[in-house]
Amino acid sequence: MWDYTEKVKDHFLNPRNVGEIEDADGAGEVGSLACGDALRLSFKLDENKRIKDVKFKTFGCASAIASSSALTEIVKGKTLEEAAKVTNQDIADYLGGLPVEKMHCSVMGREALEAAIANYRGQEVKKEDFEVICNCFGVTDREIVKAIRENDLKTVEQVTYYTKAGGGCGQCHPKIEALIEKVRKEMEKEAPPAKPERKKLTNIQKIKLIEETLGREIIPALKADGGDLDLIDIEGKKVYVALRGKCSFCPSSEFTLKQYVEMKLREFVSDDIEVEEVRP
Amino acid sequence: MKTVYVDNNATTKVAPEVLEGMLPYFSELYGNPSSMHFFGGQVEKKVNEAREKVADFLGAEPSEIVFTSCGTESDNAAILGTLDSYPEKRHLITTRVEHPAIGNVCSYLGRKGYRITELSVDREGRLDPDELKELIKDETVLVSIMYANNETGVIFPIEEIGEIVKAKGIPFHTDAVQAAGKIPLNMRKSTLDMLSISGHKLHAPKGIGVLYIRKGTKFSPFMIGGHQEKGRRGGTENVPYIIGIGKACELAKKHLGEENTRVQVLRDYLEKKILESIPNAMVNGDRVHRLPNTLNISFEYVEGESILLLLSDLGICASSGSACTSGSLEPSHVLRAMGVPFTAAHGSIRFSLSIYNTKEEMDYIVERLPPIIQRLRDISPFWKDYLKSYKKK
Repeated sequence: MWDYTEKVKDHFLNPRNVGEIEDADGAGEVGSLACGDALRLSFKLDENKRIKDVKFKTFGCASAIASSSALTEIVKGKTLEEAAKVTNQDIADYLGGLPVEKMHCSVMGREALEAAIANYRGQEVKKEDFEVICNCFGVTDREIVKAIRENDLKTVEQVTYYTKAGGGCGQCHPKIEALIEKVRKEMEKEAPPAKPERKKLTNIQKIKLIEETLGREIIPALKADGGDLDLIDIEGKKVYVALRGKCSFCPSSEFTLKQYVEMKLREFVSDDIEVEEVRP
Repeated sequence: MKTVYVDNNATTKVAPEVLEGMLPYFSELYGNPSSMHFFGGQVEKKVNEAREKVADFLGAEPSEIVFTSCGTESDNAAILGTLDSYPEKRHLITTRVEHPAIGNVCSYLGRKGYRITELSVDREGRLDPDELKELIKDETVLVSIMYANNETGVIFPIEEIGEIVKAKGIPFHTDAVQAAGKIPLNMRKSTLDMLSISGHKLHAPKGIGVLYIRKGTKFSPFMIGGHQEKGRRGGTENVPYIIGIGKACELAKKHLGEENTRVQVLRDYLEKKILESIPNAMVNGDRVHRLPNTLNISFEYVEGESILLLLSDLGICASSGSACTSGSLEPSHVLRAMGVPFTAAHGSIRFSLSIYNTKEEMDYIVERLPPIIQRLRDISPFWKDYLKSYKKK
């Protein structure tokens, strides 16, 4: 049995926004009966060009229906520019995650949305313009490349989970492998150079660096707001501090500690630092 | 929530009599049947009795019964144990609709350089025995053809096939995991050399199987170890489970009549009612030569996993040949081999009954299923399209 989240079950058992909008502004359909799942999406815009109404009809398994339902909830009220930024991962996240083998359901949601927006803009993507890589499921290079990029896919198996490509006879596996290699090379070139590995600090270096960072980056900012901070102790990755001045009775002191002090220390000292407050 | 269990081709309930019979062998009667002392000897006696019960159920001699750990082991042992005995022969014949316990062993052997021939089936899931005549060659080492299909329940004409195989002097094996307990089996009147059964499909627990090996059949052990099972399967006997499958076979023999009368009537009732109440539903597989407990039925324009989960939400346990339930992306290899159209293959549901099912349970399914199918069709984009095109016609 699939390990579906409660949210997936809820959207499957009580799908939101089922139907078809008769006079839709945009409509798109992806998938087919032969492939085992399909999604037809239609939307209507309000006077501010925001998605006023959106409906879906889906043929498919529980996660396909839940993904479609989630998609409609996510895009409702969005402008098309905002909606176009929704990724398949957003759909999966909304549902509290999907089994990895079912990620293609979230991809189908994203593709239907893209098709519907393109339909509205009169820029429909023609499948014929792209190379069909997987004949069993009719998946093109465009769809595979997009899935690799958006989901940081590394293996043929992952590509199959996300796009279904390669899930039938398996003859296209070499082509998918070649695509993965090509796209990943492109991604490496585009990506900013990775942060240099931090040198491991000795305890003395670490204490010194924490003191320096507090003095340079953190305390001046707190003082500007009438607050202050004392370093009490350091134990492994734990840094104990006491808040002074206005900070000590500020209702958002917890936020200050975690979001500001801890973030800065992680940035300048070590990624695993945890800041804890010592109360008098 | 009540549970209506109609997935007995997947696994069955352990019969209370079976469990009761097994329990002493987990506690006070823990001796090793191979031991010389009385404490092991008393257990050996019971293991032999269980062997007699299994033999009696299959119409075989006790010496022809080998206990294994499961149906899959029995199948593996039958194939690999035969190949080992005829190392010069490199050709196997099987079908396109076997259980993975045969199908994947054959694929594996195909990768190892064996030549594998798979018999096709027609739209009703039937084999053509004449197709086999042309295919048996001098280098053919084994023919392995399932007795009855686990998904559709279609029964193959094993004895007719056996005549052809034996005329060529080739070893003949069948996976009878689904057939055992549902249709009569009699090895004394059979052409079979080997037959696999599994305990948990006939109300014994999971973890026990049987391989019948006809006296005089060449066989090398698959599980190499001690002298147990007359050197045909190493490993200390799984005594409680052997006792369990012995009892289960005794019960299965007793219940065979009921299986073919009451259970079949329930199945036929379920089938009739579903076909009457749900449009665009079709039965998959030959309805004449079919196990009495199995109903495989497709609902067009909806997907099987969705149906199963909505059924499950009401306590009804069935299974599906849809892609999504298997973790693969394509619908069942059996339905594809039969050429079931995609409109139907993705929406197939298998109901498999047992003697523990009741008429009330069938009524519960018949009452609950139509709204489920309708609900999914209302969500499906293809149903409305279909209705439109239907009206045009």
